[in-house]
Amino acid sequence: MKKETTYAEILESRGVNRRDFLKFCSLMSVYLGYSSTFIPTFVRAMETKPRIPVIWLHGLECTCCTESFIRSSHPITADIILNMISLDYDETLSAAAGDQLEAVRKQIIKDYKGKYILAVEGNAPTKDDGVYCMINGESFTNVLKETAADAMAVIAWGSCASFGCVQNAKPNPTGATPVHKIIKDKTVVNVPGCPPIAEVMTGVITHLLTFGKLPELDRLKRPKAFYGTRIHDKCYRRPYFDAGMFVESFDDASANKGWCLYKMGCKGPTTFNSCPTVKWNGGTSYPIQAGHPCLGCSEPGFWDNGPFYTRLADVSFLGTNSNADKIGMVAVGAAAAGMAAHAVGTAIKKNKKQKSETANTEEG
Amino acid sequence: MAKRIVVDPVSRIEGHLRIEAVLDEQNIIKEAYSSGTMWRGLELILKDRDPRDAWAFTQRICGVCTTVHALASVRCVEDAIGAEIPPNARIIRNLMNATQQTQDHLVHFYHLHALDWVDVVSALSADPKATSELAQAVSPSWPKSSVGYFNDLKKRLTKFVESGQLGIFSNAYWGHKGYLLPPEANLMAVAHYLEALEFQKEIVKIHAIFGGKNPHPNYLVGGMACSIDPNSDMAINIEQLNKVKKIVDDTNTFIDQVYIPDLIAIAGFYKGWLYGGGLGNFMSYGDFPESDVDDTSSLLWPRGAILNKDLSTIHDVDPRDVNQVKEEVTHSWYTYAGGDDKPLHPSVGETTPNPGAVPKMPYKHLDTDGKYSWLKTPRWNNNPMEVGPLARVLVAYAKKVPMIVDTVNYVLKTLDVGPEALFSTLGRTAARGIECKQTAGFMTHYYDKLMANIKAGDTKVFNNEKWDPDRWPSDCKGFGYTEAPRGSLGHWIHIKDGKIKDYQIVVPSTWNASPRDSNGNSGAYEAALKGTPMANPEQPLEVLRTIHSFDPCLACASHIMDMNGNEISTVKIL
Repeated sequence: MKKETTYAEILESRGVNRRDFLKFCSLMSVYLGYSSTFIPTFVRAMETKPRIPVIWLHGLECTCCTESFIRSSHPITADIILNMISLDYDETLSAAAGDQLEAVRKQIIKDYKGKYILAVEGNAPTKDDGVYCMINGESFTNVLKETAADAMAVIAWGSCASFGCVQNAKPNPTGATPVHKIIKDKTVVNVPGCPPIAEVMTGVITHLLTFGKLPELDRLKRPKAFYGTRIHDKCYRRPYFDAGMFVESFDDASANKGWCLYKMGCKGPTTFNSCPTVKWNGGTSYPIQAGHPCLGCSEPGFWDNGPFYTRLADVSFLGTNSNADKIGMVAVGAAAAGMAAHAVGTAIKKNKKQKSETANTEEG
Repeated sequence: MAKRIVVDPVSRIEGHLRIEAVLDEQNIIKEAYSSGTMWRGLELILKDRDPRDAWAFTQRICGVCTTVHALASVRCVEDAIGAEIPPNARIIRNLMNATQQTQDHLVHFYHLHALDWVDVVSALSADPKATSELAQAVSPSWPKSSVGYFNDLKKRLTKFVESGQLGIFSNAYWGHKGYLLPPEANLMAVAHYLEALEFQKEIVKIHAIFGGKNPHPNYLVGGMACSIDPNSDMAINIEQLNKVKKIVDDTNTFIDQVYIPDLIAIAGFYKGWLYGGGLGNFMSYGDFPESDVDDTSSLLWPRGAILNKDLSTIHDVDPRDVNQVKEEVTHSWYTYAGGDDKPLHPSVGETTPNPGAVPKMPYKHLDTDGKYSWLKTPRWNNNPMEVGPLARVLVAYAKKVPMIVDTVNYVLKTLDVGPEALFSTLGRTAARGIECKQTAGFMTHYYDKLMANIKAGDTKVFNNEKWDPDRWPSDCKGFGYTEAPRGSLGHWIHIKDGKIKDYQIVVPSTWNASPRDSNGNSGAYEAALKGTPMANPEQPLEVLRTIHSFDPCLACASHIMDMNGNEISTVKIL
């Protein structure tokens, strides 16, 4: 008879004391946007729930999501997450390979019907019967469908799984298709970013485990807790934008002073992500802080929204908070309609923004 | 009777790799076939884009060896447009590259490769006191070595295994007779597996400081975007630089006190298992330029090729020479207009997928007499070559680079083996550790150089002279290279009227994992597997051991970007 271990037991067995455990619960609940009254719920859930099996599939991808995931920087999560969940199938980390590994996947589907999490990194090539990604002699598309059928929840890690990302950029030679367009009979949580921030990934899993349900999602099925605001809204360089103080060339005097990177092509005004708040690599920095414009890597179709070093709108629209927010509002509309942001830029340039909100409904 | 085994998916690698092997009656591998089972078609996606964006696209080829394609790409574009970069930009890029090599090698050893040598379940029967003595003997200075520490770990591990939920350790090869470590060495290695998992994320904070994030830090054509100003709280200042310094020091400590001692301790038990040598041909483009990237005499990792294990002759390698590096597709799922067996230089390469040649799924075996991989077959002067840490270390050893000669000799002497032991799976694994110690040292070197420049008043990180495409030639070509953790990487670009006309990449794992060529010669993986005895064909431990020693990166390998003007019209799958 298998005995399933709770997170609290694991934390304890790994030398994490009660005080640190409570700190962990508090921090995760704050990350997830809950008030302090929810902390006891977190604590209780973490103390009593067994580890939920996770099958982590890899399709067309570059493994940056897994690499980000193992960077999880909370004092205990990098160690804990391997034990908080039971990561039973993951091509990157599993000790077993080949038939032995495939047997694990099939066993989990059978033994934990409706009780395991499917996490997907990458997406599925749909052209030519799926020959552009094959696992154990089978198409990735079929492996994905088979594994999703009995999953309790499906998480799409990163921009590949969520929206398509680089292989889906024009002309999308392999027919790379995001997970929610393959798995249509259940909610797919999109956790975009190239890659997503480690603590965002950890936070999504923690929420699911704690409350037994998915976090609240926006219209693009992203958790609101992490994708609720634009990078621009929380950027520490925002005052310079409002004051019309811009970097005109990389490494110029204004760059040293940390002025706004809008004119260098920053996509912060149209990008929903937690970079300025959670930051990257244990709160070390984020792209704008290191002097580089945001590429908008968590937005649908961001590869086709460039060029990256071209500003979002014509220079005549710069300078005031009001204009910036107009750009932002158009972007909100664009994101909601799944519109390619380059269409926004073009529309603004033509000074026909009223049309841009309804012009294009193609998802990136 | 010969039997055929299949390992698919090969786990603990990047990407999708399949190995088929034919065994004789004694279960010795007679033939092996390496197949990349994924293709993303990025070569078509770069066309007509802004060359200054190319680093971001190519960086997404791989998130494990993140940074390397970005580095090769900015070097490539700068070569084409004639952009010079400030010394600080070169130093920061070298520092970021050394950071990547070090972190990547560390993660590879502990999280992708160690479980081929370390039996996690055996660790449950270790004596914590004996483990402590062992740990203190192999690394006297490393503090996490008390009896209590290993006692706690053993308890945690026991509880974990008893839970029945083995997670990433599920259904593996525990108890296989190929595992030779005593329980105490296994327990020590498990401890360091966990410590390394914690520590690796610290190393890449250097990327976050200079590039904003990791994976996929930001690069810039013409230099770097991270302004340095010791008198600004909004630029890289002394606080950030101190953070870098601490990470550099901690990294050197971890490599010296954990990785290298573990490597030598583990290798000591396996020095009788010297299979997996393979081709005996090695190539390195070299890297870590101390001056201009084209000044190959300034490379800290030297350039050169070795044939047939002959260390007395180093052959010159010129990746720009159209006669040296060529690719063919005899056994790849592509078609060449002039014949699949007629090798082409990347600059005139073609990429026409041939999906009809892929067997109908689900399939049990590939048609290895015909086409059987999404990887092409690159050759250097018609020779299959091994690239990566062993190739680099051997080229440096043969060229008598003092640090490498000293470290290699130290390792060989400590293990009491001769130089011939280097030509093996174990030699490849040892070379990666030797190199990791070197790259950790490079981190210190580049940090010191950067600080000296800043102290002298030079804070410039970007040169904007060629930022505006109006200042570029209307038609220009460039080449950029780097030595990625897995080996020699080359990017070629053709820019016309400010847009990418052609972009070509030849990637390390394509060299190593390639299928056979038209002469029937195997690539490095296939060659290395031949002659290896398997204790139990149902448990492919020996196959994993040798394949993992190359550190496969299939996302890279299957994204060879070969584009030319005609190619778009030949691709009918759009």
